[in-house]
Amino acid sequence: MARVELKKIKKSYGPVEVIKGIDLDIQHGEFCVFVGPSGCGKSTLLRMISGLEPISGGDIVIEEEIVNDVAAADRGLAMVFQSYALYPHMSVRQNLSFGLENIRTPKSEIKKKIDQVATMLQIDMLLDRKPKDLSGGQRQRVAIGRAVVREPRVFLFDEPLSNLDAELRVDMRGEITALHRRLGNTMIYVTHDQVEAMTMADKIAVLRLGELEQFGRPLELYNRPKNIFVAGFIGSPKMNFLNGTVTGTNLITLETGENMPLPTAGFSYQTGANLTVGIRPNHIALANDAAINITVKSVEQLGGESYVYGALKDGTPLTVHLSGQIELQIGQDLPIAIQLEKIHLFDTDTGVSLREN
Amino acid sequence: MGRVFSFLTATRGKGRLHWTDWVSYAYLIFGIFLMFAPVVWLVLSSFKSANELDRFPPRFLPYAQETVEIDGLDDPLLAFTVIDGDLTGQVVGQTRRAAGRAEVIVPSNPDERIRLTVDQLEPIEGVAFATENYTQLFERFNFLRFFWNSTFITITATLLMLLVNSMAAFALSKYEFKGRTSVLLIVIGTLMIPQTVVLVPLFLIVTELGMFNSLWGVIIPGAATPTGVFLLRQYMITIPDEILDAARMDKASEWKIFWRIIIPLSAPAIAVLAILAIMWRWNDFLWPLIVLTRTENFTLQLALNSFQGELQTDWPSLLAMTVLTLLPIAAVFMFLQKYIATGIASTGGK
Repeated sequence: MARVELKKIKKSYGPVEVIKGIDLDIQHGEFCVFVGPSGCGKSTLLRMISGLEPISGGDIVIEEEIVNDVAAADRGLAMVFQSYALYPHMSVRQNLSFGLENIRTPKSEIKKKIDQVATMLQIDMLLDRKPKDLSGGQRQRVAIGRAVVREPRVFLFDEPLSNLDAELRVDMRGEITALHRRLGNTMIYVTHDQVEAMTMADKIAVLRLGELEQFGRPLELYNRPKNIFVAGFIGSPKMNFLNGTVTGTNLITLETGENMPLPTAGFSYQTGANLTVGIRPNHIALANDAAINITVKSVEQLGGESYVYGALKDGTPLTVHLSGQIELQIGQDLPIAIQLEKIHLFDTDTGVSLREN
Repeated sequence: MGRVFSFLTATRGKGRLHWTDWVSYAYLIFGIFLMFAPVVWLVLSSFKSANELDRFPPRFLPYAQETVEIDGLDDPLLAFTVIDGDLTGQVVGQTRRAAGRAEVIVPSNPDERIRLTVDQLEPIEGVAFATENYTQLFERFNFLRFFWNSTFITITATLLMLLVNSMAAFALSKYEFKGRTSVLLIVIGTLMIPQTVVLVPLFLIVTELGMFNSLWGVIIPGAATPTGVFLLRQYMITIPDEILDAARMDKASEWKIFWRIIIPLSAPAIAVLAILAIMWRWNDFLWPLIVLTRTENFTLQLALNSFQGELQTDWPSLLAMTVLTLLPIAAVFMFLQKYIATGIASTGGK
């Protein structure tokens, strides 16, 4: 069972610590996505798992075996790189067979495996071409094929779709998911795109500045974010955040002076505490008469749905997602109603969620 | 062919010549003259006989005096036209010449010997190539031996140099290790030391190692060049690390990465270095002159030098061998020159 465990993994370049002790347990067959803003250490973490980057502390365990000192090639992993990293002087067939030749696979078997993988990834008619004669999508397929043909225990993907155009990216997303379903291998996938993470992952690990912010199923992260960072990172458009102080029982006074009720259960907070209220754009509705008004700054009409970008009195931005179409004037006031049962509460100072489990 | 012609006759002005066309073509023709005139002169001179080479003023084409066969005489005689006196306009053969007077025979009357003054005779000359200049290189001198020595040194030294330099460049461009920059700086720093300064120490080392008067004494000291290491390193830096990482994931050993990934991808830079190395080694003179003293070890360059004696110089042989020495390097250059341009252009990084 290709279970991958990270125990207190650390990485430092001289005095700079880029990975600050990460614990993670990826079960066999899981599709795990590392997501985070650039510079959060997600690619470094992946390279550490692959063995290309030495670790500074902690243990990497694959199938109950500590592989800290095992060379990259002997860990039984395969990696797909952001730049594809195909061998430019070799044909597609040679690219696919290079790894198999290195482990002394018999020629007939190499041919069989390549044909099988090429058919599966629809690159069988490209086998004699050089990488420079392929389109971006085709190169990506070959790079995936090179990983698949070696039948690794775990697949590692390092932002594989970031060089493709938007449409192709959606297609390839589906194909990688289908591949995972068919092969059933453990896969670890790095991306900075939370949409990719949400659509593909069984489990998402959100990283920031070398630390694991939250690890869980996509909807768990969406519905129960542990802190402001995860809440803001997962979901598009971003969650709205309003700062305020608890002034009475289940009542918060926002910085703009407006009062807003708080949910009666599910959160723990005390009167006088500084809170941040998080509310997703699709949990805000229009109201005829409400306590909170926003000034419309811009409107995006997508036909089936509309996004209203507004601001509160003090300039705090607030996005509202509405289904259907709406006629609004820039600058007009818009009364809104927040769905109380959908809000998230965070401690303003620490950013930690106040949700009771 | 048509494209070559239209390229060579390209003009800026349409229909008539722009003044820049005149300037450009004049400049280019001047350049061609400057480059090729010595070579053409050399090739033509190599076909001249020793007498013709001594002649002043020199003539462009190789000439030789024609001869006439006279019945009853064993050897053909030098042919002259009579330009004064009774026999004006007749072709005669000269038997003797002394003190301004010559004894000639008219071919139609072989028995009669006529005395004329030298002023009355004009030699009949025709263009003739003295190919014996070349054939005697093989007959009188061991040309093939020198050629083999030069070829052996050039090929072995080039291959050795490419191997050593590319391995050094690989390490200096793709491995992180302590002191990498210092090593590189030392390598480049040796460029600042003139060859002549290290000549004596190098000679002592070569002698101590028993390579004096051996072809290896010429080959080994040139095996690692700072220029080559630097050139290849700069090119190898542009090879993305991800490709090496991919190869490592593909279970390729470092040695295999070098041979199967780095070498093929550095081919343009290696081609450039190969051409340079071939030219350096082939044209090398000073170092072989010092190390090789026995004639059987001479390279072509040394053999050429040996034609130039203190008292006399064997010009016909010298010129002929110079032409033969030029040919291989010219051929190498012609076939590989496109790599020089593309290779140097791409070494600068893309």
